[in-house]
Amino acid sequence: MSGIFSARAWNKVWLYRKTFLVGLGNTLETAAIALVIALALGIIFGLMATSGKKVLKAISRVYVEFFQNTPILLQLCFLYYALAFSGHSPGILVPGFTALGVYTGAYMSEVIRAGIESVPKGQFEAAQSQGFGYISRMVHIILPQSIKVILPPMANTIVNMIKNTSCLYIIGGADLLSLTYSFVTGENTGGAYAPAYLLCGVLFFLICFPLSTLASAWENAIKKRDRKEVV
Amino acid sequence: MENIQGSLSMIKNPAILVFILKGVAFTLIISVAAVLISILWGSVLAMLRNYCNSGMTRVLKWISVVYIEVFRNTPLLFWIFICLVFCPSPAFMDRPMFGLSSVNNKLLFKAAMALILYTSGVIAEIVRSGLNSVADGQFEAGHSQGFHMVQIMCYIVLPQAFRAIIPTLLSQIITTIKDSSFLANVAVIELMARTKQILSAANRYNGSNAIHVSDVFILFGLAAVIYFVINFSLSVTVRKIQKRREKQAVVRPGAD
Repeated sequence: MSGIFSARAWNKVWLYRKTFLVGLGNTLETAAIALVIALALGIIFGLMATSGKKVLKAISRVYVEFFQNTPILLQLCFLYYALAFSGHSPGILVPGFTALGVYTGAYMSEVIRAGIESVPKGQFEAAQSQGFGYISRMVHIILPQSIKVILPPMANTIVNMIKNTSCLYIIGGADLLSLTYSFVTGENTGGAYAPAYLLCGVLFFLICFPLSTLASAWENAIKKRDRKEVV
Repeated sequence: MENIQGSLSMIKNPAILVFILKGVAFTLIISVAAVLISILWGSVLAMLRNYCNSGMTRVLKWISVVYIEVFRNTPLLFWIFICLVFCPSPAFMDRPMFGLSSVNNKLLFKAAMALILYTSGVIAEIVRSGLNSVADGQFEAGHSQGFHMVQIMCYIVLPQAFRAIIPTLLSQIITTIKDSSFLANVAVIELMARTKQILSAANRYNGSNAIHVSDVFILFGLAAVIYFVINFSLSVTVRKIQKRREKQAVVRPGAD
């Protein structure tokens, strides 16, 4: 029944195809909202880390170190159970994208910090001497130069975030992987392991592979160009 | 917050403390073992992908490319679920060991296999970046000295490649320690799962017959501190190594 060539198992997957589409939708929705949170936090803390002010730098450091050095699963469980046992009914989605967004934000912040730091110091000083304010200096001078350094690792971070939506399983989420698991272990639907997992894996792969391939192609192109410039 | 005394009494309870510390040991052992095995398997994959460019060996190259890309672009939990069903576990794991039941030992083996399969895909790419950093002249020099490919790999290329990627491999241990918490989804073995298990039984230990939000803070706080101390000290080490290398590169230009 679990065989990959079993027509009956494939038939069952086809019958319940909606389950997978709903799961895919939930995964993408969670990832999209988490991405917005992660980008916002990443920009705020990334700018704080490069602001040159000690207090702001320290706050940003604490945020990044704390969230990068503890597992996403722990953060999610903490948020979920803290809400649940203090008498709130958080649902699944809100703690899900919040935890995912805050966790990914720490990585985004590091990516953005590295991007800004890759711009030579003289650029900041030149912009300042030309009378640019903070925002217009960042937007017109620094951002266009750092974006090529930021984008490839950012794409990799997004890939990891999409994979991490599977951590919703532990609080009973309805993302792609959780729904696939409840499909293959369900009382009425169970058994079609191979086709269901294959479909789930293909869906994840179709989303993540183009992103990560684009990222590494980009990175290689930049490296090649930099090497030419050095020589 | 009158419940905080009850919550604190839990982590002062020696039985609970030992239970959690055993979880820490499992987390560390599973992660380090997974990374070590993944380095072996990942290096093989990386070399196949990089150097099998002629004739029939190209089949090996494409197998390794597919393996690396598939495992890098699908979630770890996906592979844990798959290994639970499809990975056979050897007979010697099917008995109570390490203070775990035989069921948990089988789960441990399967989930650890998933962790190894997944991590080796990531490590293969890290090793490849190390291999790519070795100058082409090193190969030519080896050939000119009469070394064959295996000798060049073992004595010339791999040592240089691994030297270049030691910091990245160390930070991969951090990632794997965090990833190992995904085992909590299927079995009560490591730190994350044990913390969650204690929380679900907290009403029996905190003396108030109910689970309070302070229990969540104390228990998950303790787990977070443990994870943080381990991972942060590792990442400080990584940064120290990198800084020392940057200094060396400045002092002796072209030495590498």
